[in-house]
Amino acid sequence: MKRRTLRKFRNGAFLALSVVATAIGLACLAAILWTLVSNGVRGLSAGVFTQMTPPPGSAGGMLNAIYGSTVMTVLGILIGSPVGMLAGTYLAEYGRYSRLSAFVRFINDVLLSAPSIIIGLFIYEIVVVPEGHFSALAGALALAVIAIPVSLRTTEDMLNLVPQGLKDSSAALGAYPWRTILSVVYPAARSGIVTGLLLAIARVSGETAPLLFTALNNQFWSAKLTEPMANLPVVIFQFALSPYADWQRLAWAGALIITVTILALSITARALLSLFQSNRGAR
Amino acid sequence: MMERAAAAPQFPDPLMSARGVNVHYGGKHAVKNVSLDIGRNQVLAMIGASGCGKSSFLRSLNRMNDTIPGARVTGSITLDGRDIYDKRQDVAQLRARVGIVFQKPTPFPHSIYANVAYGPRIHGLAASRADMDDLVRTSLERAGLWDEVKDRLAQPGTSLSGGQQQRLCIARTIAVDPEVILMDEPCSALDPIASAKIEDLIEELRGNYAIVIVTHNMQQAARVSQVTAYFHLGELIETGPTDRIFTNPAQKLTEDYITGRIG
Repeated sequence: MKRRTLRKFRNGAFLALSVVATAIGLACLAAILWTLVSNGVRGLSAGVFTQMTPPPGSAGGMLNAIYGSTVMTVLGILIGSPVGMLAGTYLAEYGRYSRLSAFVRFINDVLLSAPSIIIGLFIYEIVVVPEGHFSALAGALALAVIAIPVSLRTTEDMLNLVPQGLKDSSAALGAYPWRTILSVVYPAARSGIVTGLLLAIARVSGETAPLLFTALNNQFWSAKLTEPMANLPVVIFQFALSPYADWQRLAWAGALIITVTILALSITARALLSLFQSNRGAR
Repeated sequence: MMERAAAAPQFPDPLMSARGVNVHYGGKHAVKNVSLDIGRNQVLAMIGASGCGKSSFLRSLNRMNDTIPGARVTGSITLDGRDIYDKRQDVAQLRARVGIVFQKPTPFPHSIYANVAYGPRIHGLAASRADMDDLVRTSLERAGLWDEVKDRLAQPGTSLSGGQQQRLCIARTIAVDPEVILMDEPCSALDPIASAKIEDLIEELRGNYAIVIVTHNMQQAARVSQVTAYFHLGELIETGPTDRIFTNPAQKLTEDYITGRIG
């Protein structure tokens, strides 16, 4: 009887600790979001999306930074995702059990958790230094290197979810692996692959450190890939640390724009993923 | 033991012939020294308890074991007198001649039409769009599915019921015009009515193809097959005309299995 009471007490204590820990986490998140939204909305105006970054004291927006972020993210994904997807395809389909795959998986995990500033330095050394100047292309390359491990991992995971029976059936009709992958495996994992793509975009679009060493920043409108290009994270970094109130307001607005974009991407990715998994269950 | 292996029936002109076949998965010896013939226009039923090696043997007949890491097949298997494990044998070509239908229906994430057209497209069997339409239609007709799907060929194959999906998989296999159709427990995921349709279909298909079916359902084996082979722990215990196996088995193990005393 006494032991039972003790056990009940222990269980209650453990439950209480878990609830408190969860509450602390949620409270932090809510505080961050609240600060961001309340400050960000104050800085938001139509001008943010139509005007260039201003010198201190005059009116302006973040059009060049939004444009630059979009261009470098898209370019980075266009370069990084195919590499990651093809490598993930190799790991899931061709070399699932090979020793090379185990090695690649390990290296990929290392790359996945490598601090992004290291990747920025890497591109700085191999692109920016030889070129002699910062450029949007270098920024896109840095983002591509960050996108590779994310898209490799999700692609491998998604392809592994495709039932073996489906792949066997295709092989049984005389299809070579490349055909099975293109005509059966990719279509079957379509929403999973799109999910991976969205997650890679979400991961890449908030990166600041790698762009600091590569694309740097540009106060003016520039569409040239060989020149430094403005981008939201670095502009936020610069404006937030400045002593000027109008710059700080813009920085908040920019932070809100990035957060909302990433949140939207993540929610879409989750929705797609649950759709993918429920489809699989029905089969 | 040796006596049993030698007792394999010899048809005058078998389509496929297995001699001394062993299948290993890593350290596991799944099929032990099996010799068996597959006759033309005949249904061969392979029965036995789970894990007795019948599915492993079936999969070695069109080299589906190749896709399993660590699998090793020894002995000889011939199709029309030619060794299918020969180095010069093209596996894709072999599988076009020896098709397989799996336990669970596995429609591709394509339309009903594209599911059937998948194999013919790989092997370039249709010269024109009209040819392909014909091929898809005759394959679906032979699989007894045409009337049910003719108005919705563009819908996804996954939208069909389980039994229809399995017949779609059979149509898909027929479409590449194989000589042998292997079936690995094709009815185990289906209800009795859908199973009965598949059984009728097997009887019809026998006119054009040799069929090898693995089944856990002994009534089914007795209904659809002309020859039955009983496997036990990786060995082929007995094979012969289905009528005789089910009425007058020569081996005690076979008798115990078909009367339900083991397995």
